[in-house]
Amino acid sequence: MKKSIFQRHRRFIPLYLMMVPGLLYLFINNYIPMAGIIIAFKQVNFRLGILKSPWVKFNNFTYLFHTDDAWTITRNTILYNVAFIILGTAMAIVIAILLNELRSKFGKKAYQTVILVPYLISMVVVSYLVNALLATETGFINNSIIGAFGGDPVSWYSTPKYWPFILMLVYLWKNFGYQSIIYYASVVGLDAGLYEAAAIDGATRWQRIIHVTLPGLKPTIITLVLMSIGRIFYSDFGLFYQVPMDSGPLINITNTIDTYVYRGLMQSNNIGMSSAAGVYQSLVGCALVLLANFIVNKVSKEDALF
Amino acid sequence: MVEKNNRFQIVVHFVMILLCVFCLFPFLLLVVSSFADEQQLIRDGYSIIPKSFSLAAYEYIFRNAATIFKAYGTTIMVTVVGTVLNIVLTTLLAYPLSRKDLPHRNAWSFVVFFTMLFNGGLVPSYIMWTQYFHIKNTYAALIVPGLMMGAFYVIMMRTNLSQNIPEEVLEAARIDGAGEWKILIRIVVPMSLPIIATLVLLVGLAYWNDWTNGLYYLTKTKYYTIQVLLNAMLQDLQVLLTSSFSGASNVDITSMPSTSIKMAIAVVGAIPVLCIYPFFQKYFVKGITVGAVKG
Repeated sequence: MKKSIFQRHRRFIPLYLMMVPGLLYLFINNYIPMAGIIIAFKQVNFRLGILKSPWVKFNNFTYLFHTDDAWTITRNTILYNVAFIILGTAMAIVIAILLNELRSKFGKKAYQTVILVPYLISMVVVSYLVNALLATETGFINNSIIGAFGGDPVSWYSTPKYWPFILMLVYLWKNFGYQSIIYYASVVGLDAGLYEAAAIDGATRWQRIIHVTLPGLKPTIITLVLMSIGRIFYSDFGLFYQVPMDSGPLINITNTIDTYVYRGLMQSNNIGMSSAAGVYQSLVGCALVLLANFIVNKVSKEDALF
Repeated sequence: MVEKNNRFQIVVHFVMILLCVFCLFPFLLLVVSSFADEQQLIRDGYSIIPKSFSLAAYEYIFRNAATIFKAYGTTIMVTVVGTVLNIVLTTLLAYPLSRKDLPHRNAWSFVVFFTMLFNGGLVPSYIMWTQYFHIKNTYAALIVPGLMMGAFYVIMMRTNLSQNIPEEVLEAARIDGAGEWKILIRIVVPMSLPIIATLVLLVGLAYWNDWTNGLYYLTKTKYYTIQVLLNAMLQDLQVLLTSSFSGASNVDITSMPSTSIKMAIAVVGAIPVLCIYPFFQKYFVKGITVGAVKG
């Protein structure tokens, strides 16, 4: 019996060998940290090591959910993501359709090239760009815009009320090109025959967009939106930590689960609550991905992730 | 009708040009300010209209900031080594998974895929890398955690290979007596150069732009990449001076054109990607659409 299993697998041994480095990497980089969620149920003591640290049951979670932070970071993470999904998707669809309606081949290519530029820049450089605009003393907005109209300079980095808009604008600036190109590829892939039929029937441009392009985009929209909903518990750490320059007065409005976990781990050295927040994010995040995929499966099976 | 259509085209061009200005405006602000005179900047603030011209910021960088050159070298090294390792690991894992005759193929694919569904989060990873692998303040900290291979690209490549490499080709090679390794190197890799090129760009960009690994795992400036350095300097320009190069203590921070230097350094950090990008734009767009629409 053993021999036959060996013989059956023998010709695949080189293939198994090829898989070893990648699987080993996934085991270390991804699977060991998954087991590491036990940290959230322990009082970590580095002298004893993780495994020997004492168990504290759900204490870390109890503490976390008794603070206001738990509510703030959940609210911020979800609300920002909802705004990003709605605005980002709407903007991307409009631009994809505009690009498609454009006749000039050169224009199509040039515009695609330019709108993708912000996507290529790291969030750190984005923080510098935002800082050049918003710095209180030397910023472009305070000096060249508000100053020109004789207004009083705004201390942007300590005024929370502006930040939901600033963060949305920065998010759109960085990502709309990327999303537009995904939707544009989908528009280009639509059946040309449908457009010809619409033209023969004398449809106006507007009718064509409403009755051919948008319905054609529906599967892509559904899939991408549901996938973003699956990621709604995650946020771009750089956008929420680096762009507001970790400014104290803004924390209530810029703190998300990711920045909370980072601050707990690196700044306030509160590993218990930080890991509890991490586990909370992982579990709810995973449940949301599964739910989103379940819905995609119901709506259009071939677009489902699995 | 034709006239109306032309008017529509003009409107679309107008909207798209506005969007392009929206995209490029901050870069213009950055570049113009980096060439401005320090005193004028302090008086008038950053501006898109050049009111003065000075190379002081760049001169300062070239003369004093050995840190920046060191960081540049580190970035290039990390990007090259990391990208090569990533592509090798990804290809080695993706090819067997693309083979329909691989035993338990779906189970193996799920092992890869599951890492996209669930993760342990930052805290366990951080503790593992620092306490058990002692990665803190090493070059490996910039290369290994998170970035060295990702399930998403493995699955993207697996799908691509199983669609683009006909089984008959592999079968023919096998009949000719080629082993699996030979098939991979002589047939599969040359046939999948387009997807590999796309992955090289995406992975290379991820390494070039990464600053989080440096933020988590580095405390010594001598290991900083350009992005990590930029990140540290955003809070405190002093980092530029507390560096590994000799004579740092002689440099007077008050003589530093700090307002323009901030912009000059951001230009230095962003420029390589912006210069290379137009030539590879096609591959970037392809990578984005291939990856997003069909995982």
